[in-house]
Amino acid sequence: MASEFADIQGLLRSGYSNLVQACYLLVRVTDRAAARAWLSSAPITTAAEGSVSTLLQVALTADGMRSLGVAEQIVAGFSPEFQSGMAGQEGRSRRLGDIGASAPSRWRWGAYWVPDVLMMLAARTGLSSWREQVVTDLFGRGFEILEELATSDMHGKEPFGFVDGVSQPQPDWDGKRRPGTSADLEYGNLIAVGEFLLGYRNEYGLYTDRPLLDPALDGAVDLPVAEDDPSRRDLGRNGSYLVFRELHQNVRGFWRFVAEQAQSLDESTRLAEAMVGRRLSGGPLIAGNHHIRGVGDRNRDIRLNGFTYDGDQGGIVCPIGAHVRRANPRTGDMPGGRQGWIAWLNRTIGLFQPDLQDDLVAASRFHRILRRGREFGMSMTMEEAMRPDATDPRSGLHFLCLNANISRQFEFIQNAWLMSSKFARLSGESDPIIGNREPLLSGQPTDTFSLPQPNGVARRLAGMPQFVTVAGGAYFFLPGVRALRYLAGAPPAS
Amino acid sequence: MTPQSNFMIAAPIVAEREDALRSLLETMNLRPGVVDQQNALLPFARFEQIHVARFVILKDETLDDRSPEDPLPNAPVRLAFLGDCDGDTEALLAHFVAQAADGLRQIFSHCEGFSADIDLLRWMRQHSLKPATQYVNWIGRTVLQIREEAALHAALRSYLARHPAAFDGQRPSRIRDWLITVHQVNGPTLTPPARTPLRWRVRQLLNLICVPVALLLLSPSLLIYAPVFLSILRRRETTDPVITPTPSPAHVDALSLIEDHDVSNQFSALGSVKPGRFRRWTLVFIFWILNFSTHHIYTRGRLARVNTIHFARWVFTDDKRRLFFGSNYDGSLDTYMDDFINKVAFGVNLVFTNGIGFPRTKFLLCGGAKNELPYKRYLRRHQLPTQVWYKAYPGLTTTDLARNTMIREGLEGRMTDAQAQRWLALI
Repeated sequence: MASEFADIQGLLRSGYSNLVQACYLLVRVTDRAAARAWLSSAPITTAAEGSVSTLLQVALTADGMRSLGVAEQIVAGFSPEFQSGMAGQEGRSRRLGDIGASAPSRWRWGAYWVPDVLMMLAARTGLSSWREQVVTDLFGRGFEILEELATSDMHGKEPFGFVDGVSQPQPDWDGKRRPGTSADLEYGNLIAVGEFLLGYRNEYGLYTDRPLLDPALDGAVDLPVAEDDPSRRDLGRNGSYLVFRELHQNVRGFWRFVAEQAQSLDESTRLAEAMVGRRLSGGPLIAGNHHIRGVGDRNRDIRLNGFTYDGDQGGIVCPIGAHVRRANPRTGDMPGGRQGWIAWLNRTIGLFQPDLQDDLVAASRFHRILRRGREFGMSMTMEEAMRPDATDPRSGLHFLCLNANISRQFEFIQNAWLMSSKFARLSGESDPIIGNREPLLSGQPTDTFSLPQPNGVARRLAGMPQFVTVAGGAYFFLPGVRALRYLAGAPPAS
Repeated sequence: MTPQSNFMIAAPIVAEREDALRSLLETMNLRPGVVDQQNALLPFARFEQIHVARFVILKDETLDDRSPEDPLPNAPVRLAFLGDCDGDTEALLAHFVAQAADGLRQIFSHCEGFSADIDLLRWMRQHSLKPATQYVNWIGRTVLQIREEAALHAALRSYLARHPAAFDGQRPSRIRDWLITVHQVNGPTLTPPARTPLRWRVRQLLNLICVPVALLLLSPSLLIYAPVFLSILRRRETTDPVITPTPSPAHVDALSLIEDHDVSNQFSALGSVKPGRFRRWTLVFIFWILNFSTHHIYTRGRLARVNTIHFARWVFTDDKRRLFFGSNYDGSLDTYMDDFINKVAFGVNLVFTNGIGFPRTKFLLCGGAKNELPYKRYLRRHQLPTQVWYKAYPGLTTTDLARNTMIREGLEGRMTDAQAQRWLALI
């Protein structure tokens, strides 16, 4: 696998949190030839490079490919949701919870206009001079910058003040694990590379759809050979789908709401932590104490991520609806895990399984994403945010994630787990952090949050305001380096 | 206990009136995918025994998948009106005629052989199709019960919300006693279940005995036939064509437009059965077994590991040469398909492997739906837009219904603190 790293954009392996200055350029192709020429020679940072002080990553939308003159039949080889786009169907917007204040009709970008290309620039210091090196005259002839999204360094915390990005799936770079064995009846964090990169086997042991080209096509011979069809060249290999959402966070609204529900600062903190499902420090509510494949062996890894919710079915330690519990319920393929094949058969056929509740959220391994977001706006402490005269820090998160199957990974997590008011056994509540609070068609509320208590009577917050609003977004393809050069129509490398 | 039954009325549409029918059916919606429960043609809400119902135009876009040796020359586009209800179908049809004859006549007048002076009830009976297999999430749970139990859940939740502090440090059994008292004073009505019809009980019992006995009697011949069956099966499984192209974006957009307006969705699909008697009789046998399982085993909230289906059915059309599948499920289509792939692929395979173009299976059970993307494309491509869809209890999932029933049952009897704690947590 390491031999492929030079063909993979670096974002797959790292979030480059040490490159604290970053911006995103959303651009439109204005001159096809110039744009192609720039893309052919753009200094893309690859996963093979170790420590870097600057970063450039490039991703394209389906429209962007068309603007570059990529044949329609090639674009049609990408996944339907990529072609349709994040705001391309009302049905999709309903599923993603992009309704009400988060509806695409209110977005700054991604609905009325969709960018062709996304450039991500980052640097340890001196972002502006790196930007000057990247945005050359040729760049200026080829592209028009429609939007430049700035970021802020909040030292690993998101704007509400929680340490972010604590849990990530571990891609199985070395192919150490065979997916689908009985080990998967229990939760694991080591995930097949094909869940994040096209052209590799995924958690089903299969290859995700992507354009496979006839090597006789001009330039296609320089693309990698398709693993599952050696007679074809793989335009998807070493590429990934990049989901980008601009999320505005109402920091004052969040902490004021929490403060209203609590008697003390300490209680406010605990309540906010219950809503998120982690401590401000990033520590879990359920102390990690055992080894989980793909979590890492260091004490710190085990403490932060060596846990599941199996011992807290009632949600008394970590509420069932807590943000991180929804985003990754840490379930195996079968409730109860490994119990031998007779039990497996019995549970599969479902003859003697009286408890209806324990099987609603299964098989997390098919629904994982690599998160690569960055914050923007001013940072503000919770004490400041609670003050009545606090000014709006206008902050939020540029949510970025990478996955190979947008509908089964990002969209599933967003729809079935986060936004759903019927997640697990719940009713009447959506995600306490990112929920849109829009009632169901039948009028049932989604703006409550329940904290199960030891005596059985859940504490229920009601009338929660919306804390996070979507202001833009798009689905991009983050190609492998060779694929990018192919899309740019570069002449064959000598 | 009131058992559920189902109806499906299907008749060919007069070719040149199809567009007019589509426009007419659209008037029953507030907007695409959202039914007007009080619409003038068939005000669903007035029929309190209906759980779910739909009008769907069965226009098979996959007829070209059939091989030239197996044509289906007379494959009409049909209008289907189907639904699931409490009690007897006959009573419901009579109720339709009494309450909505004009609207139904207007709709069915787009079908072949329907005229203004026709006896509506007789015509509907004549055009009824029985399912090969049907599935009811919870046999005996009526619409009335669902509504009353939802009201009970809401009431109990609001009692608790009004006195949050009063429960701190209280024993769960004491809190439960208090809740029960409050409920008895001013809780919502809970109608006791009706008596189970004797005819239904006898039929169930006969079915419960006869199917295993028949299987037992058949088993020697089945055993002898098994090697032959398996060799034919394997030969076909390795040579039958797989047809899973990407459905057109326009088709997907049309389906997406009417989906995910509520927590539940409908699914309608039509496809061809593979040619020849082998597949046909294999299917008939499988449906016979499946029907037994949905009548006697999967009757309380779950179909094997899948607990998101309210009602579903398979129906043969065209002399068992085509198959209709209709379902009412919770969540979005992607989650529904994932559930099937990850939990009951074997069950999906048993049936659909006998459909033209389905991804390759092994021994009927393995493979097939496990081919994630081809399977998802196959389903989406065979799916038909449902013109009108009604569900009597929007906003409620099967999990909600099961939980509400547990809450109601928990009003009775004595409980330990541990039991009371679990019961309170349901609220």
